[in-house]
Order: sequence, then structure tokens, then C-alpha cells
Amino acid sequence: MADAPETTDIHRTRVENPVVEARGLTMAFGSNVLFRDVTFQVAGGEVFVILGGSGCGKSTLLKLLIGLYRPSEGEIHILGEDMEAAQGAARRQLLSRIGVMWQSGALFGSMTLLENVMLPLEEHTRLPRSAREEVARVKLGLVGLSDAANRLPAEISGGMAKRAGIARAMALDPSVLFLDEPSAGLDPITSAGLDQLIKDLARDLGTTFVVVTHELQSILAIGDRCIMLDKQAKGMIAEGDPRELRDHATHPTVRAFFRREAA
Amino acid sequence: MSDTVEQAGFDREGETLRLRGALVTRQVGPIWEAVEKAARGVRRLDLSGVSSLDTTGAALVLRSASLSESAAVEGASKPVAAVLERARAALAAPRPAAGEARLPFVAGVGAWGVSLMNRMLVSTGFIGETAVMGAAVLRHPRRLRFNDLLRHLDEAGLRAFPLTLLLGTLIGVILAFQSSIPMRQFGAEIYIPPLVGISLVRELGPLVAAIILAGRTGSAFAAELGTMTVNEEIDALRIMGVDPMAMLVLPRLVAAMAVMPVLSLLMDLSGLLGMGVVMGTLGFPPALVINQLQQWLTLGGLLGGLGKSVVFGLAIALIGCRSGLAAGRGPRAVGDAATAAVVGGIVATVVLDGLFAVLFYRLGW
Repeated sequence: MADAPETTDIHRTRVENPVVEARGLTMAFGSNVLFRDVTFQVAGGEVFVILGGSGCGKSTLLKLLIGLYRPSEGEIHILGEDMEAAQGAARRQLLSRIGVMWQSGALFGSMTLLENVMLPLEEHTRLPRSAREEVARVKLGLVGLSDAANRLPAEISGGMAKRAGIARAMALDPSVLFLDEPSAGLDPITSAGLDQLIKDLARDLGTTFVVVTHELQSILAIGDRCIMLDKQAKGMIAEGDPRELRDHATHPTVRAFFRREAA
Repeated sequence: MSDTVEQAGFDREGETLRLRGALVTRQVGPIWEAVEKAARGVRRLDLSGVSSLDTTGAALVLRSASLSESAAVEGASKPVAAVLERARAALAAPRPAAGEARLPFVAGVGAWGVSLMNRMLVSTGFIGETAVMGAAVLRHPRRLRFNDLLRHLDEAGLRAFPLTLLLGTLIGVILAFQSSIPMRQFGAEIYIPPLVGISLVRELGPLVAAIILAGRTGSAFAAELGTMTVNEEIDALRIMGVDPMAMLVLPRLVAAMAVMPVLSLLMDLSGLLGMGVVMGTLGFPPALVINQLQQWLTLGGLLGGLGKSVVFGLAIALIGCRSGLAAGRGPRAVGDAATAAVVGGIVATVVLDGLFAVLFYRLGW
């Protein structure tokens, strides 16, 4: 890591057949470099957390991983496929195997929650309508929203919108779920419920989660491994088990983050 | 990473339905209906051949099991059973309660009437609130935010000039051409200038300017205030002790009332210009056209048209602001508010124009 400060907080784990892999990612807007040389691998069934302070590029990194932005340098491989090289049917196929929960839920306002979840099923599967409805009800049930199936997004709370966002992201039972700030703005009880849901889904369905968050409790509760980005260092300053990093980090920013101290 | 999964399939043997392979989203679509058919009347669902299961596959298994009474699900491996259990729990959660029962016809009409009356009361309240605020600003003119007023004058007025000039000229050209055909039959082409002139100055100028204002500005007012309502900015203003009527509504009302006579006049002049061009092509010199206009157009007619355009501007801005401030939640609410503003603005303009026609007729103007 050319630009990382002198640190021992980057504990790389070699992963066989990584589900998500970033190799030397650099993102710059004009001459403004957001981060450089970000490299990590995510194993199947793992809950991988991308953390860092505000403005360090967490959400941008997520958008790079799902192919909405193109990196200035570096490569991204999702399920073994090069995200940039995949075009046409291959890209469509790849997109059907990932799900994204957006920070605000990004539910379509003119559709009920049930219709929101049914939409990807309609696009990507040959299930008959009654089956799509049944499957969508299972997904809504998984996130505890069975009784709100017929409500419009404008009629539900922020926490419910996030859970509905997860249900829609899970519509096609994707191999990888990307979650952008799942706990932000939620009360501790709802937030803990969401953490539990992520853990259960990873365990029971073997889904891989890549979660962007800065909620410390969430990180410690759900994260198998994490990387930390830093605005000052313009790159990664830590990688490893979040609990290990909390107890043994040496980089002052990582220590401050995990101990909730002012840096 | 390998993308190959075991093919999903099934077979029925007596009262046992055997499912096999990977029952995952990508695979169960083509076999769903066939499995449903085969599952009718079975007593056992054998999952021992199922290598993997996701929640969509689990939905199929549970659906199949529910199609016949007391069908037992057997042979699932531990991971498959875990997914199945999770999906079973998800489906067991209470479903939405049935929607409210529809009211009987008479009660329904009554409820509709009451809600209509409530909406009218709220709208009347809004007009009253605006009037009170307007009176307060007359006493303390500094409450009117001058910078905001200039911004709205620019957006509703200056930026609408090119469109107004274009439409005005085209309307003048069209009216002159269309009326020249019947007029020629009577040798009355010389009366085209007064015909087009009076139509424009008394009716079409203010009316088309109002339609432009409703489409460009009324919708923009509704969308901007609607977005502010959705983002809770209006509530924030109220809590800060700033009256949204004074800060947001009043500058828009004043701007709309101020720009309307200008837009109407512009529409009149460009329409007359367009008509003059057509008259030129028909062989009538400009002096003759001007002479005809001088003879037939009256200052009263022009002022009447400009005066009513001020009222149109007030109505359009009021409806636009009201629609925006009454917006619900979500992105759809903003779209609904903009639609309501345009439709309401145009309908109000035409209704008011009808009232003015009756008024001017009675007054003999």
C-alpha cells in the first residue's frame, strides 16, 4: 500500500474463490483523488463491512462495486466476473445475482411494497403472477413486513422503508447483497433487529453481505471482516476482524473510531 | 466462481412428490406451474434430492404442501430445512387486514360531499390567510422579501418573453389567415385588423398569457413548494417563527400579478404584428392596417384585458402555491401538486374570464 500510513492494521486474508474482489481501486474526480489502491476480497457467506468517517468515499466505493461508477484505475470482480467487461446479457445475468439496498430504501412511490418486491421477479424470472406474489410475500415476511404488503412507500416509516428495500434487494435471492447505511437514522431496537436479520440471512441462506456503515454497534454485531477508509490517507487504513481492530488497532484514526473518541 | 447449479426437477410416485436439484430462483420459474399441478393430492413431499434451496424455492415447496391437506414435508437436509423454516415463519406472519369496506351509495355520496366541502373550506381559509397577510404587508411593506420578488419576476416574467412573443405572433398569423377566407367572400378583408385586434386585446391576449403562466409558473410554484413541504422545510419555517405565507407565498403572488399585464401586452403586440404581416401579404399597406386599428380599438378594451389578466395571475399563483403547500408525502405528491396547479389554474382562468365577460357586458364596456 503505497499511500497508507505506517500501520499494522491492514491484516489481509487470502480468500479462495472470492465473491467480491477489488484490485487496486483508485477513484478520482478530476484532480481530486477520493481514494487510491483499495484492494480487498470478500468470501462467500461473509458479512463484510466498509467503514469510515463521513466523506471518505464509502458510498462511492459501493457504487463502484455495483458498477454504477467506473473506477479511475483498478478492477472489480463480482462472482468471478469482471464488472466492467460484462456487457449485454452477461451483465444482466450478473445484475440478477446481486441486490442493493439503498440508503433511503429507493422504493418506487407509485407501487405498493408487494409490487416493489415483485418487480425484479417480473423482469428476471419466468414465474407465473400468482407465484411472483407468493414469493414476494415470503421476502416481505422475512423482513417482518407481511402486514404492510399493500401499503405505499409514502405510508410507511423510514425503518420500514429500509426493511422493504432489503426485501426488494432479496427478491431474486441474490448471491451478494450490498447494503448502504442500513442502520442510519433508525432507533436502537429497529437497528438491532435489522442486524439480526442480516446475520440470520447470511447464516441460513449463505448470502454474502457487503455493508457500508459507520454505526459502530452494527459493525461489531454483524461484521465478520471489515475495511476502513480514511479521508486524510485517501485510502484504506485498516482491514480485518472489527473486534480485533477495536482491541488492538494501532493507527490513531482506527483507534479513535472504535473507541468513539474525537480524532 | 462457478455458475453451474444442479438442474431442478420433480417426479410423482403414487402419493409422493419428489423434488430434486437446486430449487433456486433461476430454476423454479419454468417448473412452478407443473409442480403445482403434480402436487395436488399428494401426502408426502420428499426433499431428499434437493441439493440447495433459496426462499423462492421454499415458496414453491410451501405452496405445493398447502395444495393438499396434511402433506408431510420430509427428507430435507439441515441447510434446506433451515431455509424452509425461515420461509414458513415469514409466510405465517399476519397478512394485511382487508381494506375498509366500501360505503353504500348514498352514504358514499354524502362522504364525498363532506370531503369536498372540507377541501373548499381549507381553500377558502388559504385565501383568507393570504388576504390578511397582504393587508399586513401593505402596512409594513418591508415584510415583503424584495430579493425573492425579483427572482420570481425574472422567472415568471422575463424568461417567459420569448415563448409569449412566439405564440403571440403565431396566433396573430393564424387568426388573420383563417378569417381572411370567409371575409374575402364578402369583400370584407379590410375588417380583419379590427377582428383580430379586438379578439386579441379583449380576450385572447390575457387568456393565452394566463395559460402560459399556468403551465410555466403555476406548476413551478407547486413543484417547488411541494418539494419544500415533502422535505419538511415548511414545518421548519413555522417552527422558526417565519410565516411561510409572507416568505414564500406573497412574493410569488405579487410577481404573478405584476408580470401578467406585461405578458398580455406582449401577446397583444406580437399578435398584431403577426396579423400585420399577413395583411401585407394580402396587399394591404401598414398605414391602412394601423388606421383600422386606431379606429376600432379602444383604451377601455385594452385596459379591461390587462386588468383581468392581473386577476388571472392572482388566481394562478394562489392555486399553484396552495397545491404545493397541500402536497402529501413522496415524489408522487410533487407531481400531483404540479398537475393540480396547471389544471386548476387553467380552469380558474376560463371561469373568471366568463365572469368578466358577463361583468363587462353589464357595464357596457
